[in-house]
Amino acid sequence: MALKYELKQKEVWDGNMAAAHALRQAQVDVVAAYPITPSTPIVQNYSQFLADGYVDGEFVMVESEHSAMSACVGAAAAGGRVATATSSQGYALMVEVLYQASGMRLPIVMTVVNRALASPLNIHGDHSDMYLGRDAGWIHLVANNPQEAYDLTLCAFRIGEDERVRLPVTTNQDGFLVSHTAQVVEPLQDEDAYKFVGEYKAKNPMLDTKNPVTYGAQTEEEWHFEHKANQHKALMESPKVVKEVFDEFEKLTGRKYNLVESYKIEDADVALVLMGSAYETAILAVDKAREEGIKVGLVMPRMFRPFPYNELAEKLKNVKAIAALDRSAPMGTTGALYNETAGALMANGYGDKIITNYIYGLGGRDTTVEHILEVIRETNENAKAGKRVTDLQGFINLRGPKLSFN
Amino acid sequence: MATPKEMLTTWDEVQFGAVLPAFEDPEHKKRSKFHSYNYTVADWRVEKPVFNRELCIDCDFCWVSCPDSCFLVEEVLNKRGKKQAKIVGINYNLCKGCAVCVEVCPTPIKSLLMFPEYMDNEEALKQWPKKD
Ligand code: SF4
Ligand code: SF4
Repeated sequence: MALKYELKQKEVWDGNMAAAHALRQAQVDVVAAYPITPSTPIVQNYSQFLADGYVDGEFVMVESEHSAMSACVGAAAAGGRVATATSSQGYALMVEVLYQASGMRLPIVMTVVNRALASPLNIHGDHSDMYLGRDAGWIHLVANNPQEAYDLTLCAFRIGEDERVRLPVTTNQDGFLVSHTAQVVEPLQDEDAYKFVGEYKAKNPMLDTKNPVTYGAQTEEEWHFEHKANQHKALMESPKVVKEVFDEFEKLTGRKYNLVESYKIEDADVALVLMGSAYETAILAVDKAREEGIKVGLVMPRMFRPFPYNELAEKLKNVKAIAALDRSAPMGTTGALYNETAGALMANGYGDKIITNYIYGLGGRDTTVEHILEVIRETNENAKAGKRVTDLQGFINLRGPKLSFN
Repeated sequence: MATPKEMLTTWDEVQFGAVLPAFEDPEHKKRSKFHSYNYTVADWRVEKPVFNRELCIDCDFCWVSCPDSCFLVEEVLNKRGKKQAKIVGINYNLCKGCAVCVEVCPTPIKSLLMFPEYMDNEEALKQWPKKD
């Protein structure tokens, strides 16, 4: 039996420590990981908990992230609750196996600390890795601070392991800005957290040797399409379960999560759409802009996949102009969040909105209240003019002559 | 092998996670339709393994290693009166021609070798390498 970890009502944790405690409290059977900055402390803290007797499970040392995710797939197929952590290059190396995990419907939880992708090498936060995993068939939850990293990691187990979902889940937090920033976190006690997460129910476990099963079967043109459609349906219908889990979590903790978060959007003419720690910076910018008389609000999808396109459009239906902020190098087109937002609005009959795209914070570049205020002012120009008078794609806090695309 | 029509389920009825059970009824070892015994890949084969009983020492490595359970065995008693599996041949309805069995066969001159699909097994046995 794992020892109980005495927790105070309020702890001072950074995002990594918060995620590590959530993994510990979920009583994961197997963690296989290959530590990488900035998510290293998640794995390090977790293995310390294990060494100190607070964890009953196994920690598997592997030689790469590809192996880490492969070991996770094996352990999950065997019938255990499984988790890992990664960032950036490690995430990239895992990608092949991410698709295996979701296709085999293994509810692995991966706590991702978002970081830029090389080259050039950079260890700081942006969303390149999350964007890379976009189509891998996982649920991607986004946390903006250590408390959310903790909360959403607990929720991730419940969501992924639900009978109606059975899909792997990542919880994302911004590298350093969240992962290494200590804040007050109000954790659940061990027994309450475990009660919320619940006992793991294995499905088709390979360790049931009386009933041998094949994992990783080959399906050619006469099968593959049906399997992928079936898997997609589970992902498309998962928001119902996400909502239920969020509601139950609220009852337990008083902390409310939504498929789409928003701030002062109800009466807004101007809206920003963004994810991650910059959302909190943007809250301050919104308050300032409102002092200037700009009716601005914020919208953030709590999940990047499945993308809550109808809920997002609903939030934005009354605004005039929108700026979608992407924290990932767009490399040849408009940013993914811009594309999703535009598609969501079109699909819901709100194609008349003026939408622009901003790229910000690459490789950990600072994005301040003042920068976001500037975006709000520009977007307000579009709202006032009733048409786009600013550039389609701009870059925030980029050094050099103005760069923009139309 | 092309999937028989009656096995082609629709997207809402496919095996969850493409996880395939070996048995329909594990208790009575009733093989499922997904069992490789029923759903073979013998049509992948371009070369076939041929078995040479003369050289075989019944180590059963091939039997254990074959991914498609192709080896035909007979239960015999050995010199000490103990039960033993004697390899008697290969089920070509199951064999996909991967040559794993040839790889694992430990006899100095292999008791299993790959030959062209069209060649008769007697002809293959005649062409078997000899000790020099
Ligand atoms: S070639 Fe492969 S499938 Fe055929 S008998 Fe040998 S090991 Fe089995
Ligand atoms: S591996 Fe070779 S020697 Fe061993 S049982 Fe098979 S054929 Fe015979």
